[in-house]
Amino acid sequence: MLEPISPFYGLAGGFLIGIAAALLLVFSGRIAGVSGLAAAAAKIADRGPPWLQAVSFIVGLPLGALIVSSLVRTPHIQVTSSLPLLIAAGLLVGFGTRLGNGCTSGHGVCGVARLSPRSIAATATFMLLGFATVFVVRHLVGGGA
Amino acid sequence: MRQLLPGLLIGLVFGAGLALSDMINPARVLAFLDVAGHWDPTLAYVMAGALVPSAIGYWLSRRMKRPVLEREFRIPQNRTVEPQLLAGAAIFGIGWGLAGFCPGPGIAALGFRLWQPWLFVFAMLGGMVVHRFYKNSQRGAA
Repeated sequence: MLEPISPFYGLAGGFLIGIAAALLLVFSGRIAGVSGLAAAAAKIADRGPPWLQAVSFIVGLPLGALIVSSLVRTPHIQVTSSLPLLIAAGLLVGFGTRLGNGCTSGHGVCGVARLSPRSIAATATFMLLGFATVFVVRHLVGGGA
Repeated sequence: MRQLLPGLLIGLVFGAGLALSDMINPARVLAFLDVAGHWDPTLAYVMAGALVPSAIGYWLSRRMKRPVLEREFRIPQNRTVEPQLLAGAAIFGIGWGLAGFCPGPGIAALGFRLWQPWLFVFAMLGGMVVHRFYKNSQRGAA
């Protein structure tokens, strides 16, 4: 089962994420949207950040996570989803973030902070659908699993 | 170097934040989304912690003529909430709720010797490719 963690980790981790978003904006003039950066790194997007910046950012993500894991706190990554569910989730996340121009970072962290109406609407929408999906999967289909 | 070093360092900080906050753990994210179950507030703390420096960064950028390393800011100016934006966000929300992964945590989890994040990220790239075909077909039809 999932053990509760101190709010400190959430606040401090969130602070680092926000610092990263602020740094990318102030230094490179861009919004730190991971879906857009991933698409640019994989050369799927025809607009967006420069390829080298996107690739180095994407490579930095797991490296940063590994550094924290060895120095501060080793995360326990619990994936309970089955193989077909992971594929379906990935396809929907990939398609949806491109159609909706962003994800939790670009809309949620960057867009909401600059009070963009589009990002606020998008964040409210994906949050709502996230709540609804978990409710359906866990409480209607899964029988409370 | 103008692109590589800032990209890498900022990615490092971002990934460190995802691991420190445990957002890298889909079970933590799903527990936040599970309002009718054993609800976990961590994601709300992460958002609160992130919005403050992010807003300060935006405030700073508004007072700068250009970013430190580039010629101009590239901040989306579109303020219209169109159906396509909401449809995309809704599809993303369903995928997020299915497995508890969004793009950042999925990629940040690639270094932990688990196959699931790799499968998720490859499927996500697949979804992005499907969108590209979809967009091109729309363009062709119009």
